[in-house]
This record gives sequence, structure tokens and C-alpha cells, in this order.
Amino acid sequence: MYHNYSLGIDIGSTTAKLVLTDGDKIIYENYRRHFSKVRQTAFEMLTEMRPYLEDEYLTAAVSGSAGLGIAKSANLLFIQEVYATGETVSRLEPDTKVVIELGGEDAKVIFYSGGIDERMNGTCAGGTGAFIDQMAVLLDMTVDEMDKESLKATRIYPIASRCGVFAKTDIQPLLNQGAKKTDISASIYQAVVNQTISGLVQGRKIEGKVMFLGGPLYYCDGLKKRFTETLKLDKENAIFPEYARFSVAMGAAMFAQDKEKISFSALLEKIKKSASDGEASFDRLPPLFANEKEYKEFSERHNKAKVFERSIESYEGGAYLGIDCGSTTTKLVLIGEDKSVLYSYYNSNKGNPVSLVLNELIKIRKMCADKIKILGSSVTGYGEELIKNAFHTDEGVVETIAHFTAAKYFRPDVDFILDIGGQDIKCFKIHNGAIDSIMLNEACSSGCGSFIETFAKSMGFDVSEFAKKGLFAKNPVNLGSRCTVFMNSSVKQSQKDGASVEDISAGLSVSVVKNAVYKVIRAADASELGKHIVVQGGTFYNDAVLRAFENEVGANVIRPTLAGLMGAYGAALHIMNSKKSTLLTLEDLENFSHTSKSAVCGGCANKCRLTINIFSDGKKFISGNQCQKGAGISNAEILPNLYEWKRNYIKNLTPKSGKRGKIGLPTALSMYELAPLWHAFFTSLGFEVHFSKLSTRGTYEKGQLTIPSDTACYPAKIMHGHITELIEDGLNVIFYPSLTYNVDEKKSANHYNCPVVAYYAELLNSNMEALQNVNFIYPYLDLTSPPTLAKTFEKTLKQLDASITHHEIIKAAKAGFKAYNQYKAALYNEGKKAIEYARSHKKRIMILAGRPYHIDPEIGHGIDKLANTLDFAVVSEDSVCDGVPRQNVSVLDQWTFHSRLYRAAFFATQNPDIELVQLVSFGCGVDAITTDEVRSILEENGKHYTQLKIDEITNLGAVKIRLRSLIGALEES
Amino acid sequence: MPQSYIPFTKEMKKDYTILVPNMLPTHFKLIMSVLKTYGYKTELLETNGPDIAETGLKYTHNDTCYPAILVIGQFLSALLSGKYDTHKVALIMFQTGGGCRASNYIYLIRKALKKANLEYIPVISLSIAGIEKHPGFKLSPKMLKNMIYATLYGDLMMSLANQVKPYEKTSGDADRLVEKWTDTLGKQLGLKGKSNYRKIKENYASIIADFAKIPVEHKDTVKVGIVGEIFVKYSPLANNELEKFLLSEGAEPVVPGLFDFLMYCVYNALTEYRVYGKNALIYPVYHSVYRLLCKKKRDVIDLIKKNGIFEAWTPFEEIVSLAPDLINTAVKMGEGWLLTAEMLELGKTGCTNIVCTQPFGCLPNHICGKGMMKPIKEKIPNVNIVAIDYDAGASRVNQENRLKLMLFNARRNKENDVKSAKKNTSNQLV
Repeated sequence: MYHNYSLGIDIGSTTAKLVLTDGDKIIYENYRRHFSKVRQTAFEMLTEMRPYLEDEYLTAAVSGSAGLGIAKSANLLFIQEVYATGETVSRLEPDTKVVIELGGEDAKVIFYSGGIDERMNGTCAGGTGAFIDQMAVLLDMTVDEMDKESLKATRIYPIASRCGVFAKTDIQPLLNQGAKKTDISASIYQAVVNQTISGLVQGRKIEGKVMFLGGPLYYCDGLKKRFTETLKLDKENAIFPEYARFSVAMGAAMFAQDKEKISFSALLEKIKKSASDGEASFDRLPPLFANEKEYKEFSERHNKAKVFERSIESYEGGAYLGIDCGSTTTKLVLIGEDKSVLYSYYNSNKGNPVSLVLNELIKIRKMCADKIKILGSSVTGYGEELIKNAFHTDEGVVETIAHFTAAKYFRPDVDFILDIGGQDIKCFKIHNGAIDSIMLNEACSSGCGSFIETFAKSMGFDVSEFAKKGLFAKNPVNLGSRCTVFMNSSVKQSQKDGASVEDISAGLSVSVVKNAVYKVIRAADASELGKHIVVQGGTFYNDAVLRAFENEVGANVIRPTLAGLMGAYGAALHIMNSKKSTLLTLEDLENFSHTSKSAVCGGCANKCRLTINIFSDGKKFISGNQCQKGAGISNAEILPNLYEWKRNYIKNLTPKSGKRGKIGLPTALSMYELAPLWHAFFTSLGFEVHFSKLSTRGTYEKGQLTIPSDTACYPAKIMHGHITELIEDGLNVIFYPSLTYNVDEKKSANHYNCPVVAYYAELLNSNMEALQNVNFIYPYLDLTSPPTLAKTFEKTLKQLDASITHHEIIKAAKAGFKAYNQYKAALYNEGKKAIEYARSHKKRIMILAGRPYHIDPEIGHGIDKLANTLDFAVVSEDSVCDGVPRQNVSVLDQWTFHSRLYRAAFFATQNPDIELVQLVSFGCGVDAITTDEVRSILEENGKHYTQLKIDEITNLGAVKIRLRSLIGALEES
Repeated sequence: MPQSYIPFTKEMKKDYTILVPNMLPTHFKLIMSVLKTYGYKTELLETNGPDIAETGLKYTHNDTCYPAILVIGQFLSALLSGKYDTHKVALIMFQTGGGCRASNYIYLIRKALKKANLEYIPVISLSIAGIEKHPGFKLSPKMLKNMIYATLYGDLMMSLANQVKPYEKTSGDADRLVEKWTDTLGKQLGLKGKSNYRKIKENYASIIADFAKIPVEHKDTVKVGIVGEIFVKYSPLANNELEKFLLSEGAEPVVPGLFDFLMYCVYNALTEYRVYGKNALIYPVYHSVYRLLCKKKRDVIDLIKKNGIFEAWTPFEEIVSLAPDLINTAVKMGEGWLLTAEMLELGKTGCTNIVCTQPFGCLPNHICGKGMMKPIKEKIPNVNIVAIDYDAGASRVNQENRLKLMLFNARRNKENDVKSAKKNTSNQLV
């Protein structure tokens, strides 16, 4: 019988798929994870087909992100995978309107109406299938289990959808705060859905028949559910075909059909050859160890940094307990009165730290029995408050202080500590025996330890085995030093080029180190770090990482054998002055129970989502709250908060009815600065001025579908929601000016706005279809003075309403500037009052320095209120910089908002009792410049610099640690 | 308050070597020939490889734009290589000014030098507006004029070479011709003040004629336009040899010239007057400069047309006129409205496949690049744009995969065009 065989080979980032067709019929398909052994897997899978195809001729094409290399070296036809999917769908289901395909690391959307429009996720948006895998590991479940759990969810938590690393930062605290895994599972899927929509749909409507393809959308029912619900699709229009996993391979087979035939044995030979010529030209690094001897010397040196250990059986007397409830692992250390370690525990917290700690405490209490008396207990880490509330530890100590305490034990003159943990890098310099500066990784570069772990698992190894493989790698792969999501792609590329597991393992270790040294510490060479470096954190158990670090800084460092337990050990040391402990007794522990439920706080308009933990003693622990109201504390002292004052000022700019109708102004970006001006201006002209409400998460979601550039800053992206809200409120005239130049405060070289603030209206006009139905005015205005404003605005205003006269505009401009100046005067006055109040009430003062739009409760995530709860009076950058002269900074000082930061920093240096904390929005290009300057202004004058990087979702837990570390550092010095 | 910086003094001019970062090799070599005439010793840094980005990351904030990281990396690796007497070198960098953070490159370079304990090395800011004063480095009108011609020569050769390369019978012919002409023109530009415009126009014509003589054969290609942030758009180091990649995939790259960017800067000065009434006093000067430059470009266009073999450029006035449909020409940070206009121009002239390049997180491109794709697609239904972000950590495989998708679509669109064209002819026959 005559056959018309065509073979499609699809090799994605995690799986390989084969489809064999005979004419239009699919006669064979195969799907397998390739664990990065791309070429071997392809060869094996083909070999399995030999019985069917032994002497046959066929056509063939390769597709997929990892298929390109094979196609090249085997000289086979290649077809781009999105294109292949497009082929399949337009042949098999021609009435499809939209295809959504999720792969191992790619997300694709294809629109069929109005000409084919194919889109792939940008390089920033991390993996999807791989992301789900990573999240499952984090929850200590299989992907299957996670999927089943997700279907039982009762609520969805907001989880950052930009990339895996962000999401992890959100999930970890949820876990640590006791949120239910069922809900988290569903929330993870929702994050994938949101990411696909915000990253790829970009303003187009999803309607008609939607086809869902790719592995994750084939396997995960929970994901299917989230997609159909979010897109509001009915059964007929949400298609999940049987061939979802094979659409690319099928497309490749179809594409190959009319191409040149080749014998099966020749094809097999070609693939075989490509499988063996793996040694391609990727970027190599020198090996970590030249030989076994070098490694032996290295190990012996590090084994010297030991702490005395005693068996718990032989010890009698007082003891101190330290618990470090970290992001991915939980550690416990029990020490004797001589600081010797009696007992220690280190384990992944498997998403449920409370029960883990409970079991350990019972065990420890039993071992101690009557002969060892626990005199003090202390907890540190992400889960600090939860554990403290659950088990009544004597104190909670902020991580940085705990680590410093431990490091001092090993090296009393330590001057630099680097801790690489599960998902964060912390490092601090010690100056004069106190923590001098703290650097933590930004949310976008975390990953660190858990990254290596998940990667090891995805390649089929456990982490220590994987690390060992790297030690003697001959040619470690150079994977660059940026965010871990990018590293994923680099790994993919090196695999394509045939790098071995050993080389990748070593390469990853070097990357983690480079990330720490250059991205977090930002050092140019080792001498900047310090003379006595202590490294710690679980990640440094990995000898490859340790070696890479020593190589990179060119110096020997100390890694205590307790490296992974330093937080817990430090906590135990920290409580050693305690005489009697409040820790739960054995009886209490045995009767301990813990439930958690979720709720929405009704304390104010923020509507914080709370997780309420209830313990057996009836004690409650509430988390997720931004202020003390949520925590149930109502009579707390109200400290000055300029952010709150500014918000109220804007809220009080109410509409006054006028003869010229209504005008809507979005409360976003520059509006936070200029609202008083525009309010007075338009009110004077006889318009009824309506501002959109301060943002909530819902505001962002309202406009999410129309955002064309996902990597723009959150303050810009949230603008889409404000515009939507104004249109929904029936406003027919909407105003948001284009302002190349900001107001000129005459204290900088120029007075620009950043490009995004300046021209975002152009983007809105081009991407928000709803604006076509209203009168959206976005003139280019000059805010130098009332006359320049009037002059640049006149034409637009007269087009808007021909009855507006020149005289009226001049009058309005004057009224606008008057109101603005009044606002500024009130602001400066309020700033002074706040500082006076704080001084007379002995409160710390914090300049929370950002941009005017950071006062928005959604953009700033209530960090101002959090600072209040930590006993800081909060002033804003613009409320204190009035009397400060122009600063001589070493960069171009040409943006009005940014110039204020420099002046506010200078102001802080002039006042010993004032600290500055800088808020930086992710994606703010200009802040790459300002942060270094603000830091150097502060540090040159002996002040601490604290930076908080914020995005659409911000983990307040991490913010709190930073702020508490700042307090800790202030107290120590 | 004055900025404190080390000026490039007249003494330094005598024996200092000025290092030039690599963005556009041909253009820069010609511009450097002009500088040589006036007694400057310059050297174009032609290094590449991953070490450059690594060095850049070491010495500057990692979230800074990729071009800054590369320029700093290239400078610092050169300075630290031991190849130069660091007390006898200066660096040069373009500074356009404006609200984009790119206007800070000069300062970031100085900060990086300080970090490497090389703060005594002068960094010359090359700007038409004269943002900084360097007594030893002054651009005379004559020099500027010659630099303008150097830019046009560069654009002409870049454009012609791209139109020949995919089709050349002997691979490398076009590159060899570029090299030959760069040499010849360099020498001419090196003759102080002796060039006259007639001679320059003769050169244009000879260049065009020479390229037309390269033996070519028909090949089935697709045209792909490259637009974007100025550094990433041109620099092979930054865009992972984008032009080369496109050529290897059987595409013909279409790269709008550097001259348009210069004109854009001049045009923006006119806009300042038009929109805000600023620059009123020197407006007439800018205006006549603008008109002169428009004319200079048109002269080249006329010669390309006269020869008839190659696709001629679009006059700048026409490019300007395309923008207001989608974006106000007052958008002047980064590449601003020009980026949008260039995409429209490409689409309009039949080059509907476009790569929009930008450094990761490029602020102006949120607006003028990615922010304008939706309306561009609506305006030019067939347009096939892919936005590619470049970054020290971005992987080439990812970028190339996206480019491949764009190329597959380009070919499909072309086939469909051919099909529908055939259909039309057959319909007519019936």
C-alpha cells in the first residue's frame, strides 16, 4: 500500500512531541519530557518508530524552541512553532477566532479575525508550563495534585503575573501566613491567565471560538477553568481539543507534506549525528576546581569554621531556642548555655511551616524533658509573626540582626555578611560593630537558592547531587548575571548547543554568585566588600556556589558549617539574656490546633484581604493588613503621615457644578502633583471637575486589557483603569495633559518629566478604543507661568467650547497656579508640623521618598501606613525639600520629581533624627540613575540608605523586614 | 550650579587618543576621518563579545539601559586592557540632551571611571547644542558640515549594501565596496576644507554606480525594516548582529539612516518654538538649517532615482508628515515621534515587515514603539511588526525565535500577495 508519511517533530523547552501523519490521518503520536537531553530524546523517540517505518520514505519538519538547533545541525526543515500551530488550526478548525497556547516556557496567542496576528510573550514574561512546575515544587505537590486542589478553591489571591520570581515572592508569604493551598493553587493559575492576557492580548478582544492548546492547557483542569471564567466563555466557544499537546508537531507534519522525501533510516542517521555532535560553541568559563586535590584543600579549610556540638542526651541545664522560619525552609537550633549546639533541624517548610514547627517543638520538649530547661526562645524570618503568635516565643527578631549576631560568633571582626537563602540575597556591611548598610535583592532578581533547586528537579536531580555534578565540570556555561527568568532562557540556549548537566550546574552556581556580587552588592571588586567576609544561608552548602564566590571576589571567605542555620543560631544567641520562657509547654503543644480563614477588612476603603489564623488558645493572628485597623487595634496613636494628608487633600477637591458641563481627570501619574492646579483651573472656567477615585487593584484590572507595553511601570499601567472608570462614570470630556516639561522649581538643570509621565496620553489615545467615543484632550502645555499655560492651552480649549474667551483662560490659569501654590505652601507647612510633632513626641521620622503618585494606596501599597505602625512619622520628599538648595549631583539633574529626591536626601543628612527610605517602581528607568545618587548622598554623610522596590503586587512582609532592619541598624549604632 | 567635570584641554588635543564607542562602523570611521583632519587622534573601539556587557554590568547600575552598559563596558574593557596609556586617552560620547535617561550616559561613564579609579580621564560630550564646554574640542561649522556629509555617505552605503547583499553572486562584494569607498572618502574628508559640493555629489553618483555594477541574481527574499532605539537599532554588538541574522535567513534588511535622526533633533528644536514659543531668537537659524538639511537629503535621493536601480529614500519632510496621524511631533524624548513615523514610512513604501528594537525597559519606546503598534496595524493591515528587547541577559535563541516567526509570516504574506495578484490577473483575463 502506498503511504504518504509526514513526520512532525516538536521539541519545546521541556517536552518533545512526535506526530506521524499519513495523508490527513494521524497514525502515531508520542509525548515525552526531555529533561534537557534534547537530542538524545529526539533520537530515542525516533528509534522507537523504527518498526513502523523501517524501509519507508517520508517528509519531515522540526519545530519548537529547542528544535532549532537540531534542525540546523541535522540539516532538516524547520518551522517556527507559532506558525506551525497557526497551520494546524486553520486547517482543522477554520472557524476559530483565537488560539491561546501555553508551552513549557512560552505563551502564544493567535488572532484569526482581520488577518492572522500571531504573538509570543516578550523576553521578560517568564515561563508558563515551567512556571506551573516551579510553583508546584514550591507547594510541595505534584502538578496533578495542585491541579486537583485548585478546583476546590474558594478565593483567589492576587499573585504577580509578571514572572515566576515575582509570583514566588507573593506565594511564599501567603504560605507562611497560613493561606490554604487550594486557594493558592487556583491563584497561581489565575496569575498565568492574567499574564497571558496582559502580556499578549494587548487591547484586542477575545471573542468567538477560542482554542486552547499546549501541554499545560491539556493537563490542568484548574487552568482551563480559570481561563474560561476569566474570559467569560461558554462551552461552545472554549475548545480544549484532544490534540492540544500535539498542535505544533501536527503543524510541522502538515508543513512538511509537500516537501522533499527522505528515507527513514537517513533521517534517523541525521538525528543521531546531531545527537553526538553536541560540543557546540557556547560561552565557557574556567572550571571551578582544577582537580580533586584542590577540592580537598578547599573542603578542609571550610570545615574549620565549626561550632561546638554536644549531644542533647548528655546535656543538662538551661537552653535557648532559635527558630528561623524562612521563605522556603524552616530551621531550628537549640543551644546550651555555652553556645554549643544541642539540636538542630533544617528542612524545606513544604508550604506549611506551622505544623512543621509544631512537630519539632514537641520533639524538642520531649527530648529536653526535665533535665533541660528552655530559658528563652526567639523566632526570625518571613514567618516570624505567625510562629511567634502560634507558639508564644519570647521574641521575634528581624532576620538581619539574627544573622549578624550569628556571624559575630564565628568572626567577631566580621565586616561583611552575605546570606543567600531560598529566595533572597541579603548582605550587610558592618561598620564600627553595627550594621551599616543593608542590601537585599530586588524582587526581580531573587530566585537564588530555590532557583537552583527547581532547576535541579526539572533536570531530574536532587539539589545536592546536582551541585556535586558542577564541582568538576570542565567547561561551565556562562549564563550571564541577570534575573533568573532570563537565566532560564540562557540555559535553554546552552542545552540547544549541547552543554552537559555538569556544565550547566556549575554555570548556574557562577550566575547566582554574579547576581549577588554585581546586581545586589554592586561591587566592582572584592576589596569593596570587606576584609572579613562571612557567607551563609542554605545556598552556600553548595560547594560550587561557595567556590564560585571565592573565585569571583578573589579571596577566601568563611562559611560556617552551620551556614544554613545561621538565622536560627543567631536568634538563639540573641535571646540568651532571657531567664524564663513563654514558649508553649508540651501539654499546650500536644493540644495545639490551627485553622486559617480569609476575610476582607472593612476598616477603610483599601479593603485589604486578610488571612485570619486562629489557634487552639483562641488567639488570633491576622495578616494581609496594611494598617493597624486590620489587625484589630483601633486605639493606636495616629502619627503624622504626609501621604495620608496628600491623599485627603486630593479627595477634598470636589466637583462644583458649572455652566460648561463635566470634565473627567484621571488620578494618575502627574495628576497627583497637579490636581489642585487643574481643579481650580477648570472650576474657574465653569467645568464640573471629576477626578477618578484613588486606585485599588480593581482599578488596574479594569484597564488591564488595553496595556500595550507590559514592562512599563505600574503607575503608568494603572492609568488605563482610571480612564476606564471615568468613561464608565459617563464623562464625555477627559483631560490628561502631555507635559514634556514639569513645573520648574528652579533647583535643577532642567525640569523635565520622564518620557512615560510626559507622553502617556499618546499611548492611551492609541490603545484605548473607548476613548474614541469621548472627547479626550491631551494638549502639550507649558507650565512655566499662568500666561504660558494660557497660551499653550487656548486653541484646545476653544475647540472644546467656542464660548471660552481668552480672558477667561487667563483668569483660570491664574486661579490654577494660585491653588497650586497654596497647596505647596500647605504641604511644606504640614511637613514642618509633622517633624515638630515627631520631635516633641520622640518618634522616628521617615522621609518616604518617591514620586507624587506613590501616595496612591494601590501603587504605594500602604507602605506609609506600615511605617506608621513601626512608629515612624512619615513625611514625603516634596514636603521637606522646599528650603534645600539645588544639589551638585554627579548625574544630570534635569527632572523635577527626581531633583526633589536629591534635595530630600540632603535634608535627611542635615537632620540626625530623620531617615530616608526611597520608593522605586519596577520598570522606572530613571530610578536606575536616581537610586545610586540618593544612596551616595546619604552614605557619604553617614546615613543609612533603604530602597523599597514596588510593583503591581508587593510583598509587605519583605518591606517590613527592610524597615525593621533599618530600625535595628539605628538601634545598634 | 556648574557640573564639575574634567574638560578636554587644548594641551590634551596634542597627544591624547580619543576612544570612540562602536555604534555604526562605517559612519563613525568617516566621521573620525573628519576629526583627524583637524588634528584629533581617534580610535574606534571594535571589540565585541560577552565580556563587554559583563564589564559594563560591573561598573554601572544593572537597570541602566543596555546601550549605556555596552558603551561603558566597551570603554572600561579597553582602558583596563593595558593597551592604552590611561593618562593619554579621552573618551567621547554623543549627548543629545532631552528628557530621556539616555542624556545621562556621559555622567554614567564618568561614574564608572570613578569606580575604576580612572576619574582623571576626560569624557568629551559631543552635542550640537554644546551642552558642555571642552576647550580642546570644538566643532567648527566646517567640521560639522563635513560630518554631515560623512553621515550621508554612511547612510548611502549602508542602504545600497543592504539592497545588494542578499542578491550578490559573489558573497562579500558589497562589503568590499563599502570598505573601499570608506577608505577613499575618509581620505577626501581628511583634506581640510578642500571638498566642494560638486565633488561630493559626484561621489554619491559614483558610489551608486559602483554598487549597481555588483553582479547580482534574483533571489526570493522578503524585506525587513529595522527601527528602534538608536544604539540598539544600529550596533551589531547590541542587537546580536541583527542585520547579519536577517541576511542569513534570506531577508533584505531595510535600515532607515542616521541622517534622519540628526534631522529629527533639528526638527525638535523647531517644534519647541511651534508648541511652546521657546527658541524664538534662534528659530530662523534652525529653520534654515532644517531646510538646508532637507535639501541635502533630497540631493542624494535624486541621484539614487536617476540611477534607477535602487530603492530611493523618502524625503524627511514626507516622513514628518506621516507622524501626526498617530502621534504628536512634540513627542521628542528618545527617538520620539520619528520611531512611529519610520514604521509608517516603511509600511507605506511596501516594507511591511518590521523589527522594532529597543533596550529592555526603554521608556520612550513604551510610547512611540510598542504603544503605537496597535494603530499602525489598524492603518496598514498587512504590517507584520515584531518588538524585540535587547538586554545583557536576554537570550539570543529567544530573540531569533521571535524573528523567525516574523519571517514565516512575512513569507506567508508574500505568497498570499502573489496568489491574489495572480487571481486578479486571471480574473482580468476572463
